[in-house]
Amino acid sequence: MTLDDLVMLDVLLSAMLLMLAIAALHSQSLRRSIILFIVFGLVTALAWARLKAPDVALAEAMIGSGVAGALLLAALRDRKPDSKATTERGRPSWQVLTVTYLVIGLALTASWAFLDAHQNQSGPRIGALVQSELTNSGVSNPVTAVLLNFRAYDTLLELAVLSAALLGVLALGPERAAPRIAGPVVTHLVAWLAPLLIVTAGYLLWVGAHAPGGAFQAGALLAAAGIIVRLSGKPQAGLPSGIRLRLITAAGCGVFLFVGLASMSGGASLLQYPADWAGTLILLIEVFATLSIAASLLLVYLGGQPDAWASGRERGHA
Amino acid sequence: MLETSTLYGLLGIVLASLGLHAAILQRDTLRRILAINILGVGVFLVFIATAYNGPTTVPDAVPHALVLTGIVVAVAATALALALLRRLEATRETDDDQ
Repeated sequence: MTLDDLVMLDVLLSAMLLMLAIAALHSQSLRRSIILFIVFGLVTALAWARLKAPDVALAEAMIGSGVAGALLLAALRDRKPDSKATTERGRPSWQVLTVTYLVIGLALTASWAFLDAHQNQSGPRIGALVQSELTNSGVSNPVTAVLLNFRAYDTLLELAVLSAALLGVLALGPERAAPRIAGPVVTHLVAWLAPLLIVTAGYLLWVGAHAPGGAFQAGALLAAAGIIVRLSGKPQAGLPSGIRLRLITAAGCGVFLFVGLASMSGGASLLQYPADWAGTLILLIEVFATLSIAASLLLVYLGGQPDAWASGRERGHA
Repeated sequence: MLETSTLYGLLGIVLASLGLHAAILQRDTLRRILAINILGVGVFLVFIATAYNGPTTVPDAVPHALVLTGIVVAVAATALALALLRRLEATRETDDDQ
């Protein structure tokens, strides 16, 4: 494959992404829009792979396209067909024109800034620092090293954001109605697929230390296994109930924080792991983060307060 | 000759602009949530394009980690927005019944 072929591939991918985005945004049918958005996410994963970002490609395909697509489709199913919100009315033309010109202006400014920064990129890049310190991080995949060691603070807060979003969804109302019992073909397919997804999630978690993968991708795959188990007619989607479910959703943040605080006892600062233990501690944090992420993503898909969550306390209120 | 990173960076800006445009002008909230997701992908594309250093060198891992974090936060925010929308539409329906 020559260099020109590769550039041609990039141009084709870009054109596909552009057309898919326009079609997803302006399709008449909302259902078609959502399905086009899922396709858009999968093609984006190819673009990440072309830009040498395989970790991001995995996360985009599983979370950005898969989980987000499942959430949007479930939200569409919740709607009554004659819902008032679905009726389309046009905006007055002066509003459309003003917004269009403003967005075009913003896009041109951003393009100029991007090209300017791109051509005058001198000075140290933080990526070089990551590469030179990689041997001290306990893992050999630079993205995992940044996520769980160099910038572990960001990841801890990100898990907190996920928990906060989960609490918001739990507070907002009853669980979605469970799907009907699926036919034998789907049930058997799921019985075959779910264990495969769980094993793959375990592999991704383990391999994240030295190759593309890690807690987020593994957690998303586990959540996907839960979603298809639910779609095959098991309302609880394989989740434990009551106090165990609460512990699992809190474990990601909790263990992360505990390791961070424990590292302070030796005189180091928050989340500054001892160098000999870094690899083990990162794996420990990632195992619990995976379980937490999977349970949280699955719970936000179920929506509201599912039975599994409520069964831990008195059911008299229900 | 157009470089790979320039191509994807400019594409990211165009996608973000299309998403922003639709997020402001669409009437349907579900479509707006979808538009904001496309806006997010555009922003991520700009980040990853700046991390790219050509086909032979190792890309910058920090923007990759930021985008990974961003994808998870985006889906969490989408889930919360959809839950709010569901509650809003349920409230509207009971108001209509009265």
